[in-house]
This record gives sequence, structure tokens and C-alpha cells, in this order.
Amino acid sequence: MARAVTTRRKSINTAIAWAIGILIFFPILWTILTSFKTEAEAISSPPSFLFFDWTFENYAAVQERSNYFRHFMNSVVISLGSTILGLIIAVPAAWAMAFVPGKNTKNVLMWMLSTKMLPPVGVLIPIYLLFRDTGLLDTRTGLVIVLTLINLPIIVWMLYTYFREIPGEILEAARMDGATLRDEIIHVLTPMAVPGIASTLLLNIILAWNEAFWTLNLTAANAAPLTAFIASYSSPEGLFYAKLSAASTMAIAPILILGWFSQKQLVRGLTFGAVK
Amino acid sequence: MGTITLDKVTKSFGAVQVIPPLDLTIGDGEFVVFVGPSGCGKSTLLRLIAGLEDVTSGEIRIDGRNATETPPAKRGLAMVFQSYALYPHMSVRKNIAFPLRMAGMDKAEQDRRIEAAAKVLNLSDYLDRRPGQLSGGQRQRVAIGRAIVREPAAFLFDEPLSNLDAALRVNMRLEISELHNTLETTMIYVTHDQVEAMTMADKIVVLRAGNIEQVGSPLELYRNPRNVFVAGFIGSPKMNLIDGAEAAKHDAKTIGVRPEHMSISTTDGQWRGVVGVSEHLGSDTFLHVHDTGLADTLTVRCDGEIGVHHGDAVYLTPQPDKIHRFDEAGLRL
Amino acid sequence: MATQHSRAAARLMISPAVILLLLWMIVPLTLTLYFSTLRYNLLMPGANPFVGFENYSYFFTDPAFTTALLNTLLLVGGVLVITVCGGIALALLLDQEMWGQGIVRLLVIAPFFVMPTVSALVWKNMFMDPVNGLFGYLARAFGAQPFEWLTAAPLLSIIFIVSWQWLPFATLILLTAIQSLSSEQLEAAEMDGARFGSKFLWIILPHLARAITVVILIQTIFLLSIFAEILVTTGGGPGVASTNLTYLVYIQSLLQFDVGLGSAGGVVAIILANIVAIFLMRMIGKNLDA
Repeated sequence: MARAVTTRRKSINTAIAWAIGILIFFPILWTILTSFKTEAEAISSPPSFLFFDWTFENYAAVQERSNYFRHFMNSVVISLGSTILGLIIAVPAAWAMAFVPGKNTKNVLMWMLSTKMLPPVGVLIPIYLLFRDTGLLDTRTGLVIVLTLINLPIIVWMLYTYFREIPGEILEAARMDGATLRDEIIHVLTPMAVPGIASTLLLNIILAWNEAFWTLNLTAANAAPLTAFIASYSSPEGLFYAKLSAASTMAIAPILILGWFSQKQLVRGLTFGAVK
Repeated sequence: MGTITLDKVTKSFGAVQVIPPLDLTIGDGEFVVFVGPSGCGKSTLLRLIAGLEDVTSGEIRIDGRNATETPPAKRGLAMVFQSYALYPHMSVRKNIAFPLRMAGMDKAEQDRRIEAAAKVLNLSDYLDRRPGQLSGGQRQRVAIGRAIVREPAAFLFDEPLSNLDAALRVNMRLEISELHNTLETTMIYVTHDQVEAMTMADKIVVLRAGNIEQVGSPLELYRNPRNVFVAGFIGSPKMNLIDGAEAAKHDAKTIGVRPEHMSISTTDGQWRGVVGVSEHLGSDTFLHVHDTGLADTLTVRCDGEIGVHHGDAVYLTPQPDKIHRFDEAGLRL
Repeated sequence: MATQHSRAAARLMISPAVILLLLWMIVPLTLTLYFSTLRYNLLMPGANPFVGFENYSYFFTDPAFTTALLNTLLLVGGVLVITVCGGIALALLLDQEMWGQGIVRLLVIAPFFVMPTVSALVWKNMFMDPVNGLFGYLARAFGAQPFEWLTAAPLLSIIFIVSWQWLPFATLILLTAIQSLSSEQLEAAEMDGARFGSKFLWIILPHLARAITVVILIQTIFLLSIFAEILVTTGGGPGVASTNLTYLVYIQSLLQFDVGLGSAGGVVAIILANIVAIFLMRMIGKNLDA
């Protein structure tokens, strides 16, 4: 809505919007700043804002005390693993629904969405017991399986909305050109859908990285990703603000950056294509 | 070789039968045009031949071999789509190479064929571009290039020119006709434009509601339309159709006279009328004549320089041997 | 564009996803239902006798259940009200012309990407802590007594933290929706003499209806299962003052090891979610074709 407004009006808008923006962002900013303070400075009164002795010691301390890197790698493996596995299962399904729609396609899609409505706590106990009995408890594999399944509906939906924008004639052309179904998906559909697949990938990494029900309930020391690792700061380490901040900053930074890049796709993905 | 035979082919979508039982033989090397108004089933028919849709019953034979159950990839046909359907992520070269790559042809032979096709289609300078960087006509040529490198048994064209502007359309029409003369391969061409049909076809198949109304060469259809529908559909401007007393004089329910088969005079003639709109094309003028008492409007083709004006009274005389007569059922008498 | 061949292929390609999700739904669901009829405690090995609806009657008569149910509804409702109203206001603001709009947008949406455990801990310790938190400091600076957020108003604090996480989501979606409103429509309204109030009420709000529906739907799915925020801040307390249904089931099953009772709670949570879901799915179902 590009319409001419007065400079005065624009200045007021700018001032209000920036004030609110900074206010909303402040807890994150404060966490980042605190991570560079000493523990004493972190709880000093009055709080120091920018003028303190910047230090990196907290980052080193976090790694030393609790092997931060291990949890970071758990997060990477679990979120990437579940997303890629999800894509491998979802691409063919979305192809089928987008290009060979049948009478039941819409019902299947709605049913998939409805599985997202199943509250995790309703199936926590059987899953917990199953995992305990099969030795999947506190393993990366176990979490990859669970997160793949809980995000699968979203992946299928996102891909479906992207695939539907690809003209069916191009796939028919491939068929006429002698491509088998496999060729058609690998050489034509997938490269054309790269932007859509990339956004799906990004959004699901974000969702999996921040998932905090299953990761907290199904892991202990071994496979705990960052969500669970940070939860362990609840007490008593939570009183060490600077170290909590350093650990938090490292946990959110990669995803925050990814998220900023994918904000447009986020809308589409999280609303199942209903808002673009 | 490229002989295609349709034997009692039908197609239904659910309970709706879009193609009633239909028989058709397309000879090797023929240029066949399916023409008809939109929704007449001509594209469906093409897609049945391509294998992109299943026939509901009947048999499709390609070179005598039953291909009814053969998937599109194995039928040895090439298709040019209305939207061109180029692969946007591949260069022109890769687009043209795609069917060869799918066939597992070796690289040297691929290159040879691509270069040859590019030369024929004037695409040699564009081989490394993406389809998005090409004009409509060039995209069309890439689509054709992708079809010809395979050396298919037959080419299928689905309204290939409808996305081009008028001038380019005339050009591409000539190029495709030229291509047919060079390759001498069977071509099946779908269009709703009777001008394309008349100018390009060896054989025209006129379709209405899934039924074949008439099959024949352009001139056969022009001279001897089998019924009122074909008479009205083939020829431009449309044939004048006259009902009532005037038709009865010729022992017919309806008579038809083409605009070019009437003479015009300002002094005397068979039918009197008043000039309405004149369309001046330069070489010809089409006059729309009203108040004849025969039909709303009679269209007549006359000399480009004719000196009559809006509101003038004129007399029209049909050439007696060029009057088409049709019965109650609309069939030719 | 379908032949029998491609339809057969389609069925084949869709089946892994469908089968996996079907298993994921049916197996645990059946087990939960089954467990909920047993006297089954992990601390008491041995037979797990069938007890019918005993677990359910325990669960329903437990005073914690009523509180948890109420808390669940308050939590979902409170966050929805805050985020939808705040989201509309913020979206309207961000849609105005200003300098650095892109950056403000990034600042506003940032909290959505913060993992729940981090945001809960940061708020709990660095802001809401009465001794060392920033809020406490501000209170003292104005000569007031620091407020004991998490003990005096635990549920409200959690609503606040969760709202901070979800406000960006609502804002982003509503902003996207507002930006898809054609400026011609608004200009036409202005030509017709509409002032901001009536423009908002008659043009902008109806245009946003669909997006608001979607925001409510999606947030509800996630908000019904709020867990981590409670776990790391109040632990459901004091008492059960900030325990929701999800957390109650967690306590019963994984802390008290009472599989039977926890499963009964799980079934109740599923029924509640389904009641909400039926309404919401109808709404999104209508939007599907558009």
C-alpha cells in the first residue's frame, strides 16, 4: 500500500514502531548482552547496559562444564535428520496429491492435518514405554523418528501447496519425453520445486530445533538436544545469569538467523497455505 | 512409420461420456488437424492418443501394434503443448536433450541431433539460455525442437499457437507446415481455429461434442460440408444460412451460400438489402447486409474498392451452382 | 490428467506417509485407551488388573483436574486474546510507511524463533526474579516492592511469557494478510468518506477474518500442549496453580509413574483437543478451496 504520507506522519510511525520493536526484541538483546558480562556484573544493581568489561569466558565455561557441543550436535542431527527423512516420505505423497488428485485427496489432507491435533500428552505414555522397551529412549534415532512423524503433516501440506503451483503440463511433457515416474520426480519436479522444498526444509528445521515436549520427555544426558540442555539450567545453574545467557545465545542464534531468512515462507508453511 | 488407428474408442469422465464410440485412421505422414469449438473433445482425443488419459473402451493402434495400455513414454510419440511446457530449470540445450537423455542415447549422438535441430529451428544462438529468457516464438521452437530430436512416429500438437500474437502465429504456421514437408512424419494438430486447420491440414477432422462431424481434405470440407455445423464452421467469413420460404424454393430446410459466392449490384439482383457495417481489408471488403427478409445479416465478399456506403440499398445474387442445401436434420441434400 | 497407471503410482507413493501417520495415531492411541483401564504403576511391578473406569473417576474427582482444566482454558484463551488483539494492532502499525520497516519487522518476529525453554528461563531469571531480575530492579528504582511474579501470579506470568512467543506469529500472518488488501479498495473507501475507524471495521477487519481464523486454529493446536514453559518456570506450582492438563498428565505418569491414571488423563486431553479441533477444522476446511 504505497501511498504518499507526510514526513511528519512517517517520523511518528517510525518512532512508535521502533520503540515497540525494540521492546519486543529486548529480552533477546538483553540475553545476548548478558552473555558477555561477568557473573557479578550480570546481577549488578543498577544493571549495566553497554559499559561493562566484555568477556567471552562464559562461552568457554558453558562448553567446559557441560559439553555444550555434544548437545548442539544432537540438535543438528535431530532437526536435520527428521526434516530430511520427512521430506523423503513427503515428496512422493505430495506429488501424488498435487498431480493425481482423486476423490479422497482433500480428505486425506484434512486427516493428516488432524493428526497434528492429537495432543502429544495423549500418546506420551505408550511412546515412552515403547521407547523404553526398544532401547530408543534417550537416543537420537528415537527423537528423529518422533519428530519426523509429528512434522510430517506440515511437510506434506507445505509441499502440496508448492507443487500445486507447478503446471501439470510440464510433468506430462516429461512423460511424453520418455521419462519414467522416477525420472519425472527426480529430474523435473524436484528441481522445479527447489524453492518450495528449501522453504519447507527451513521451516521444519526451525520447528524441530525448538520442539520442547518430546525432546524433554524422551531424552536424558545422552541424546538431549539444546532444548533439554537449557532446561537443565532451570536450577541451580539458572542463577548464573551470564552462563545461562551464553548457552541461550548459542542455542537460539542459528535458528534466529534461519528464521529471519525464511519469514515469508513461515507464514505460508504454518498456515498450511491458507495465508500467502 | 506412423499410422494411428482408433477403433471404437470412448472416453467417460465419471458418468459423463465425452467421446462416444469413435473410429479414425490416420495414415503415415499425414498432417491431420482436429478442429472444433472449445469443449468438443479434441484435446481429450489427442491426450488419449498420447496416453496421458486412459480410454474407457476401444483400442488405439500405433503402426498396427495395440498401444491402448502402453504408457505415454513408450508410445514413441512426441507432443508440443499449448503452454510449451518447457523445463524452466534447464537450458535450451538440456531441454532439447531431455528426451534423448531419457532414452539413454550416447552423448555424441545427442549433441549431433541437438545441433541439427537447432539449425533447422534457428535456435543455434540460444542453446545456452534458459526458457525464461526467450520470446514466445522461440519457446515454441524449443518445444518443437524437443519433439523432433526423438524422431517420433508422430507429432502431437495441442493448440500450439494460441499463446502467440497474430503475426507470429502466421509465421509459425508456415514453419510447422515446412517442417512437415521436410520430415514427412505424421502430425496430429489440435486447434479451435479453422484458418489453421484449412491452411495446414492434409486432412481435417471436425469434432462436435466428441462426435466426428466430417473427415476430409480442406477443400472437400469447403466444397461439400456434410451438414450445417461443418458448413458454418469451415470457411471465413462464415457461410450465410437461410431458412424459410427462400430455402423451400430449393426443396430444403436450410440453404447456405458463402459470402464469396454472391455477386453484388446497386441496381438489380435476386435479394434486396441495406448495407450495414463494411469491413475493409484492402484486397476485399466484407459487407454486412441487413433487411433482406432472409436472415438477420447476410455477409458478402466483394471487391476491395467497392463504392457502397452504410445505408445504401444493394442487390445480392447467389451463384446457383454454389448453393448448399440441407434437410430437416441439418444434413446435406 | 490421470491414467490408471499414474493413479496406481500415486497410491503407491502416498502410502508410506499415510501408513506411518496411521500407525502413529492408532498404535499409541489404542495403548493409551487400554492403559487407562488398568491399575498400572511402574513402581509396583506385577499384575496390572483391569479396573474399568476407576482411573477416570480418580482423575475427575482429583481437585487438581478441575484446576488444570480451568488453567488450560485460561492459558489458551488468555494467550489468544493477547496475541490476536496485539497482532492486529502491530500489523496495522507495521503496515504504515516508516523508515527501517524491514528491520522493525525482524525485531518483532524474533521471539518466535526462541526455543521455549530459553524464553521461559530468560523471563523467569533475568526479568521476573524479584531479587536479581530487571523487573525487580525497576520496581525498587521507583520505590516499590518487587513483585513475586512466579509465586504470586504464576499462571499470569506464564500467559505473559507464552504471549511474547506467539505475538510475532500472529503479527506476521496478519501483516501478510493486510498487505494483500488492495490499496484501491481503501482509496475507494476514502473517496466514499470513510474515516479510519469505519475503514478498519468495514474493510480491514472483514478482510482479516480468514487470517484471524487461521491464527486461532494454529495457535490453539500448540497452546493446548504448552509444557516446557511450565516445566522450567513454576513446575506447575505453587501447588497446582499453574498446572495445565498436559502438565498434570506428565506429573502423574512420568513423575508418579502411574501409567493408568496418566493414560486416563491423556484420553481426556485428546477428547478436549478434539472438541476444539472439530470447530477449527470446519473453519479451515472451508478455506481450503479458495
